[in-house]
Amino acid sequence: MWKHHAKFERHSLVLLIGIILVVSIGGLVEISPLFYLESTIEKVDGIRPYTPLEQAGRDIYVREGCYGCHSQMIRPLRDEVERYGHYSLAAESMYDHPFQWGSKRTGPDLARVGGKYSDGWHRDHLTDPRSVVPESNMPPYRFLAETDLDYRNIEQRLAALKTVGVPYTKAEIANARADLEGQVDPFAGEKSGLKTRYGAKVAQRDFDGDPQKLSEMDALIAYLQVLGTMVDFRTYKAEDPENLR
Amino acid sequence: MKAAVSQRDWGFMTEAIARDDTPLDVVALYIFIGVSAFLAVLATAFTQDPLFRFHGYILTAAFVLGFCVLSLRIGSGKLRSDPGRYSDGVIRAGVIATMFWAIAGLCAGALIASQLSWPRIFYFPDLPWLNFGRLRPLHTSAVIFAFGGNALMSTSFYVVQRTCKARLAGGVWPWFVFWGYQLFIVLAATGYLAGITQSREYAEPEWYIDIWLTVVWVAYLLVFLGTIWKRKEPHIYVANWFYLAFIVTIAILHLINNAAVPIGLLETKSYSAFAGVQDALVQWWYGHNAVGFFLTAGFLGMMYYFVPKRVNRPVYSYRLSIVHFWSLIFIYIWAGPHHLHYTALPQWTQTLGMTFSIMLWMPSWGGMINGLMTLSGAWDKLRTDPVVRMMVVAIAFYGMATFEGPLMSIRAVNALSHYTDWTIGHVHSGALGWVGFISFGAVYCMVPWLWKKDRLYSDKLVEWHFWIATTGIVLYIAAMWVSGIMEGLMWREYTPQGYLANSFVETVSAKHVENVIRTVGGLMYLSGALIMVYNLWRTTRLPSVARTPERLVPPPGAALLAAE
Repeated sequence: MWKHHAKFERHSLVLLIGIILVVSIGGLVEISPLFYLESTIEKVDGIRPYTPLEQAGRDIYVREGCYGCHSQMIRPLRDEVERYGHYSLAAESMYDHPFQWGSKRTGPDLARVGGKYSDGWHRDHLTDPRSVVPESNMPPYRFLAETDLDYRNIEQRLAALKTVGVPYTKAEIANARADLEGQVDPFAGEKSGLKTRYGAKVAQRDFDGDPQKLSEMDALIAYLQVLGTMVDFRTYKAEDPENLR
Repeated sequence: MKAAVSQRDWGFMTEAIARDDTPLDVVALYIFIGVSAFLAVLATAFTQDPLFRFHGYILTAAFVLGFCVLSLRIGSGKLRSDPGRYSDGVIRAGVIATMFWAIAGLCAGALIASQLSWPRIFYFPDLPWLNFGRLRPLHTSAVIFAFGGNALMSTSFYVVQRTCKARLAGGVWPWFVFWGYQLFIVLAATGYLAGITQSREYAEPEWYIDIWLTVVWVAYLLVFLGTIWKRKEPHIYVANWFYLAFIVTIAILHLINNAAVPIGLLETKSYSAFAGVQDALVQWWYGHNAVGFFLTAGFLGMMYYFVPKRVNRPVYSYRLSIVHFWSLIFIYIWAGPHHLHYTALPQWTQTLGMTFSIMLWMPSWGGMINGLMTLSGAWDKLRTDPVVRMMVVAIAFYGMATFEGPLMSIRAVNALSHYTDWTIGHVHSGALGWVGFISFGAVYCMVPWLWKKDRLYSDKLVEWHFWIATTGIVLYIAAMWVSGIMEGLMWREYTPQGYLANSFVETVSAKHVENVIRTVGGLMYLSGALIMVYNLWRTTRLPSVARTPERLVPPPGAALLAAE
């Protein structure tokens, strides 16, 4: 048997093809079913694509590398469910390109941080974390409030997300700029189509405490405040056979 | 008429090239760099994205510089390669780059460890690019891809030439691989600081940097394979199997995991082709096999050459190397889902990943045994040669980390260890102990060989390096075990009344002492590396040994050259 191995040792292409075959099997068996098994993602009401402002905030979250310290994945363990809320569903990150589940909790999980703190708390905390949590070792993000949000390419962003599978409509892409500006304007009200496009639950207010400025802080807080709030867990039946996986 | 003219021009040019005797590989590289420089200028000029323009300037500068250097070299006719000799210049450059990036990556690590220990001192509200979130990928990429990658490239170029008895293929292209890879590192690192990132662990560089890396990597594969094709030995040596598996598999992982749609051709930002669950598994399939193939298979290749060479003994078992090679690369690829225990990933996938992770223990220890037992009959060298000791301790750390890994992949253990500092400690026992020490050992071997010296400047300094760094590692991983298990237990601690006992921030402040010990351990490891740099620099200043240069083509009548 051992002498047959000489074929691999004497022919580099045989060795190369052998390696490619051997390392391909695991990935094919493990990963590809996730793309066609319907049970992979549960059917849940309430999940919607992010509004342009929330998506812009998510892009800042990604840019700053928040995943290095914050997870967005609550495990179905007693202490986690009590500390953070209902365990995370696959459906809750189905429009997340890329996913931000994270792997480390130097800071707490953020999967359901939306609505837990006020906008003002987030603003103070992001500006100087130790002003509200003295023992914190989080970096300061004062510059977010001082930096104007760059949304010149927001339509392109939504269009690219549509290409990779987020179901933005033509109207949503065409109105992205107006929707983004409208979301930080508490007086836009009825005349903006934001709520007809993204639902009545969308938070429409000035997030960073400075109505004169549409800052990166506005976008990031809008994103943090929507995290984990889309599914209504009073109506979601986790023990339903179709939701057990 | 016009066609005739251009044909004559073309004829004239080829004639000139033929007359100048400029090799074809140089011409190809010259054209490639020229076209790249032109494209970089266009991209820089037309982009609306300030971050893209910033990288456009770097690319333009790099390509123009490369073009000028090539022009000068072609003009002076210095680029003809001597087929009778090993190509060692690019390896010397690789060794220097390895040590440079080692220091850079370790400094970044010490800085971010200090930030977590003393946030009031080491954070600067006016310098967002020095925040932990941007420096952390800088640290991981600098040590894994810059330090580890350069160590792998330079040792693989060294090993493949010696074991194939052939000069590196591709003429000037190994230099392209070297400089192209440094350009990749600079783009990635400056990108993180500026906020250009995909925020996918260990795959942070954005789409255009990924494309550039793909180009460099294909060139690397072709140089490596081309050298194997030229070999004068019938068998491909075991170290090269591992290097080849590393190069090929990393290419596959890189291409699939980085599938993304940029928002515009002149924009930095892109969105991953996958979302949520699928994205998570693709990413950890990549992430875990960056460990398996970059940080394990490649460095096993290093072990399989430098350990036998240094102790002057054959590899312990040929059959064991066959069995553990194929089983290692087969099983590793399945292990990714253990990073996603108890998440929204379907449970069958988690179980499959856990099962294979536990099985992975065996091929890993097969490699460890094969490496350690190679010292049979030469164990005294542990006492007499500090470089051997460093490599043996590296293999011991490999064994320890590959036992700890399967343990942590068990779902019940993972429920405690996941999200905690335990994972960080585990990674560092592998990275500092295994990857760092085996690379340092290989570099300590190679520098006297490459610079034609008969010894290192000081074995005493190697001793110092070894003991300071080893103490640093032990402090580091012990501190992380304590803080990781402590915070895991604190998170799940209940009061007798049935309430959670600790708020999150109490677990943060409880880790302060361990964070400080970790910083001290990291600084010790950095000090050891600085001692090494000094030692290596002094080694290169030693008088060279007068010996005939290694000839690939033996002079008539001479016996076949010595392998080394």
